[in-house]
Amino acid sequence: MNKANVETGRREMTGAEMVVQALIDNGVEHIFGYPGGAVLPIYDELFQQEQVQHILVRHEQGAGHAAEGYARSTGKAGVMLVTSGPGATNAVTPLQDALMDSIPLVCITGQVPTSLIGSDAFQECDTVGITRPCTKHNWLVKDVNELAGILHEAFQVATTGRPGPVVVDIPKDVQFSKGMYTPPQTAPRSSYRPKLQGDLEQIRAAVELMASAKRPVIYSGGGVINSGPEASHLLRELVELTGFPITSTLMGLGAYPASGPRWLGMLGMHGTYEANMVMHDCDVMVCIGARFDDRITGRLNAFSPNSKKIHIDIDPSSINKNVRTDVPIIGDVGRVLEDMVRLWRAGAKADKAALRPWWEQIERWRARDSLAYKPNDDVIMPQYAIQRLYELTKDRDTYITTEVGQHQMWAAQHYGFEKPNRWMTSGGLGTMGYGLPAALGVQIAHPDALVIDIAGDASVQMTIQEMSCAVQYEAPIKIFILNNQYMGMVRQWQQLLHGNRLSHSYTEAMPDFVKLAEAYGGHGIRCEKPGELDDAIREMIDVRKPVIFDCRVANLANCFPMIPSGKAHNEMLLPDEATDEAVANAIDAKGRMLV
Amino acid sequence: MNAQLQPTGSAYFIERETAKPEAHTLSVLVDNEPGVLARVIGLFSGRGYNIDSLTVSETEHEKHLSRITIVTRGTPQVMEQIKHQLERIVPVHRVVDMTVVARERGHDRPLERELALVKVAGTGDHRVEALRLADAFRASVIDANTEHFIFEITGRVSKIEQFIAIMKPLGLIEVCRTGVAALNRGPEGM
Repeated sequence: MNKANVETGRREMTGAEMVVQALIDNGVEHIFGYPGGAVLPIYDELFQQEQVQHILVRHEQGAGHAAEGYARSTGKAGVMLVTSGPGATNAVTPLQDALMDSIPLVCITGQVPTSLIGSDAFQECDTVGITRPCTKHNWLVKDVNELAGILHEAFQVATTGRPGPVVVDIPKDVQFSKGMYTPPQTAPRSSYRPKLQGDLEQIRAAVELMASAKRPVIYSGGGVINSGPEASHLLRELVELTGFPITSTLMGLGAYPASGPRWLGMLGMHGTYEANMVMHDCDVMVCIGARFDDRITGRLNAFSPNSKKIHIDIDPSSINKNVRTDVPIIGDVGRVLEDMVRLWRAGAKADKAALRPWWEQIERWRARDSLAYKPNDDVIMPQYAIQRLYELTKDRDTYITTEVGQHQMWAAQHYGFEKPNRWMTSGGLGTMGYGLPAALGVQIAHPDALVIDIAGDASVQMTIQEMSCAVQYEAPIKIFILNNQYMGMVRQWQQLLHGNRLSHSYTEAMPDFVKLAEAYGGHGIRCEKPGELDDAIREMIDVRKPVIFDCRVANLANCFPMIPSGKAHNEMLLPDEATDEAVANAIDAKGRMLV
Repeated sequence: MNAQLQPTGSAYFIERETAKPEAHTLSVLVDNEPGVLARVIGLFSGRGYNIDSLTVSETEHEKHLSRITIVTRGTPQVMEQIKHQLERIVPVHRVVDMTVVARERGHDRPLERELALVKVAGTGDHRVEALRLADAFRASVIDANTEHFIFEITGRVSKIEQFIAIMKPLGLIEVCRTGVAALNRGPEGM
């Protein structure tokens, strides 16, 4: 090896060695994976080093969601390593999940040797073909000399701009063959240059519009979290300076603290009455790092009909996609907020008195208490369970993940998030089975934190096998199951849309979750009485083992408030008005066609 | 059908909804690497956009750049979405709506040409008529025996359509077309 090569970090090694070296050079400490024939050379290299710790999952989907949880809670890229064929196809769900929620995820897949590609070889599939629409970008590496550059580029594409998943598919012969390793370089390819700095004139126009607002609202999303902790800090500063009310999407919870004075709660289909009414009646809407998803807007032609809209997003295709924007600002949320706060301080003085009538109106809406539910002394109400969980964990270093369904919405409504990166949930894709492996990923990143998967009895069974992984790595995750024996959200929609015919939404055979926990080597707890709940939750927190908590809740409770599909923000179904009849007639023929 | 063609019915689209979908020609400059065409056309099928015509070839060999020319259809708002979605693709360098640029420069539309190979078989009067018409269209004969001709014709899409239509009764056998290639008038590049 000559001197120049030592200095530049260039040296000859095998493809498999390059994979490990590239992981190290990109700051990776943990990867989640499952071995198989086409990745054995990489596993052999992992065996012979200690810098990168490999977490062995029980199913490749688990590896993907664990890497997503890891990424979401740290702000770093999550990394998964799987074999060819079924390994790659099992990774598709987390890849699409990461694409929709903008999570930086690097997936390395093994592939059959280049000489066998296209021959229908054992465990062959067209991985780059299958994953093309569910990744931000993907690569099939046919030349070992290109491998290092592609791996570095993969990390760069995954973590910059609007973050997302990438796949690097590496044939087995490329893993074995020797080539030149090059260290990461900063220069990106010329066709990939995300715009980070917002247009200053547009930001100025936005600030002027905001200063003139009588009924403003800030609507923030997951982009604030993705932009880093500084963006959340700036968001709080902007809210403080302007005195504007703020609501957030599911993905954006925690960017502004739930205990903050300007907080309206989450908006959208299961958002609070005050948040949705504010969105409907506002005159200036400041959308920060959110994308006007259909779960947020309700019926589009009745969405916030009288407002001027400012939209800050790093992805130009998000602008004007669903909702027309008056002041579009393309750039990184953190950078734009920095300019916005500076311009606001320099010029526009908030006339907070002018907002007083608006706040008085908001307080009247808030008084409607849209998250109320009927307390019960005999059965645990699911909302009560979340509230107790919150009260008993809020003073700890807590991270929450969820599965998908009613429990997810109750968690979003009743658990108060004070910080960013503390809330991991599958928003865009709505992946049942996300929460347990995601919790595992979070726990690996934060070994001393309290990590809780708020789960449903149906969702959790989709990836329950990762309990075994949690036990293996002594990751003391807490799986808090709101067990109502139904796929609750499916049932709720059957009640809304299909004449209460509960087609296959009841689980007649349910495992004994306590015994299941014990079978895996974890700890099981069952609680059926509201009076015993606090002690049971304390037990769950204190056990330094993976715990499955079978919380038996009221079977037929439904999740309100709700904007029925096809309805507008001001046509919410509130809990105290949701009689059987109101539920049965909430959605008209047009709304039935929607999802 | 194209979901984006019947958008939303939102109050914000009222003015734009009246805009009818119209054909636009897009030029897309991409790195010529494996899978890049699949990414572009996969985006069109995956998001429900139409492709009327597609032409692609490497145009700058040293830089390995290919130029893809796509004729698609949509309202101005859909066209804006297509452009932004194409720009998200990592190996895409630039996307230019040639139709919009042509209008900005005071032209009706960009220069668009297509090449077609047209095989016509027949004898007697039909054969004479086919050759006479080909001459009128400035199509050249690139292969012939006593029973057939293969014509090469270049021109605007409408001209090619017309030529094919009139060859039909004269013994049209088959047609191969390149799709549209397009540049804008004037000294400026894309």
